[in-house]
Amino acid sequence: MKILVTAKRVEDPESKIKVDAAGKGIVKDGLKYKINPFDEIAVEEALRLAAKHPGDVVAVSIGGKEVHEQLRHALAMGATKAVWVNHEGPLDQMGVARLLQKIVEKEKPDLVILGKQSIDDDQNQVGQYLAEWLGWGQATFASKADSLDSENEKNKVPGVIVGDGAKTVDVIREVDGGLNRLRLTLPAVVTTDLRLNQPRYASLPGIMKAKSKPLEEQTAQGLGVDVAPKITVTKLSMPPARKAGIKVPDVATLVTKLKTEAKVV
Amino acid sequence: MSRAAITDLYRIDDLLEPEERAARDAVAQFVDREYLPIVGKHFRNGTFPMEVVPRVAELGIFGAPLKGYGCAGMSNTMYALALQELERGDSGLRSFASVQSSLCMWPIYTFGSDEQKERWLPGMARGKLIGCFGLTEPDYGSDPGGMLTRARRDGDSYVLNGSKMWITNGSIADVAVVWAKVDDEGPQSIRGFLVEKGMPGFVASEIHGKFSLRASFTSELSFADVRVPAKNMLPGVQGLKGPLSCLNNARMGISFAVMGAAVACFEGARDYALTRKAFGRPIAGFQLTQEKLADMLQEIVKGQLLALRLARLKDLHGKVDPAQVSLCKRNNVKVALDIARVARSIYGANGVTDEYPPIRHALNLESVYTYEGTHEVHTLIVGKAITGLDAFGG
Repeated sequence: MKILVTAKRVEDPESKIKVDAAGKGIVKDGLKYKINPFDEIAVEEALRLAAKHPGDVVAVSIGGKEVHEQLRHALAMGATKAVWVNHEGPLDQMGVARLLQKIVEKEKPDLVILGKQSIDDDQNQVGQYLAEWLGWGQATFASKADSLDSENEKNKVPGVIVGDGAKTVDVIREVDGGLNRLRLTLPAVVTTDLRLNQPRYASLPGIMKAKSKPLEEQTAQGLGVDVAPKITVTKLSMPPARKAGIKVPDVATLVTKLKTEAKVV
Repeated sequence: MSRAAITDLYRIDDLLEPEERAARDAVAQFVDREYLPIVGKHFRNGTFPMEVVPRVAELGIFGAPLKGYGCAGMSNTMYALALQELERGDSGLRSFASVQSSLCMWPIYTFGSDEQKERWLPGMARGKLIGCFGLTEPDYGSDPGGMLTRARRDGDSYVLNGSKMWITNGSIADVAVVWAKVDDEGPQSIRGFLVEKGMPGFVASEIHGKFSLRASFTSELSFADVRVPAKNMLPGVQGLKGPLSCLNNARMGISFAVMGAAVACFEGARDYALTRKAFGRPIAGFQLTQEKLADMLQEIVKGQLLALRLARLKDLHGKVDPAQVSLCKRNNVKVALDIARVARSIYGANGVTDEYPPIRHALNLESVYTYEGTHEVHTLIVGKAITGLDAFGG
């Protein structure tokens, strides 16, 4: 079973983000970057599926040469091949989905797994656009019934379940008050939620092996995709700084304040 | 500047290859997520967290610089960067890894027979088998040539008698690389033996009452007529150069690793100084605190550059001169110990509790200052290289 996954480069969620002077971007100096955590979950899920249903796991990333770092990370985790879409400059979610669509048409995977969103701009749209344009079924926010402390998780059992003859996959989604199970006919697009799995570390031997795995270069022009953004960021601003809390002398005052000031009771 | 940008003021990161950074970051993530949350409890209780051994094995750290037998075959620099992260957690786990990799797997790999390698290395790389290294004795530390442990040839076996002291992993080890003199002859008769857990007459007992490396097992090994098959002797080396080459190998990693403890202490002390107030302002705003922090950072930058150069020399030439290793070990362990102590003082009274890391690192580094060649012995090795005169033994 051939699986294609994404490996977007995003700011390390633990770094402190500051808006730049122009108010349209962030200060990049001294920032650390890593693979989008939801994409890392996608890579992990693909590797678990590939362990049971052997086939290539292809990781795709779009950006300048620096995204090699995230592709190498996916390869170090165990992906077999990387595709780098060499692109500088802004991209909106439709541009990303168009580029991925072309890569999918070339690579012909049975399944595409992406993060449900990337943690930098939190759009949560690429998987949906991609499925629509490919004409494939989609299951967003894939989760699973087992907890992340379960034996199945320890044994790296995939949460996405492949049907007999690898013609379908079952995906469990968390919905209000319960679980929703979808069966998709392959090929299909799945996007990952946080509780699907706990990604493995890139092992040191894996990092060594990743150096010699294939990394193929593509460009937007080469793929024949117009990526001129239809959406542009006009303004970024920091959330207001949190004010210090106050101490109240007794419960009665607290209740009064909750009623009259916070207006929550 | 961000925390990482301050600690790496000299952009040493830029001197690393992408895969070296990736290896370091993978180990750092493991330490932050899985080791730091539990290490304080283990230090307090004097226990070693066995549950992290398979995780460290999954990361591929055990025997990482070796090739084949399930080992990663990576550069010494990559391996040392991984050790630095383990030490940022606690010297207990780093010591476990150093002993397993450099003092047990390395001699088996370098001096062992094919049969010995096949038998031990794959299991040790996977963390399924644990190793230790027996050289130091109760009365012979810096002068191992005087060791009293003897191996007497008897048919197809050697019979071992004696004892070894301060052995990391001793009580949990499946195999011990034990150095002994054969048939009462001089230091040139020293040979290495693979003594296996459960061999009659071999006892490993835990040493209690340590104030240092509490999250690590330290043992005494005793041998009373232990019959070891001759095929368990390491065929590839004879004399003191056997154990000394193991130590030279391990010390490179240790010199690099201790900067991890220094970084943990520096970053913790800086964060603490910025939030702790005295006389109405953060103590980081006082000149005396700033001098402490400036001294710490200055020594970290120097120590990391020194260690990186040492690891690169080893990758370049396949080996390093003992004087090169000694200079780095004596400098880096000393500055790391000083940094931990000064960090402790920034934490004030809080610094004496195990709620905060500096005293744990300071106590650990007291051991590191003494083990793998004492600070004093490393001074003499450098002194001998400078002058050509041997100041050992008066």
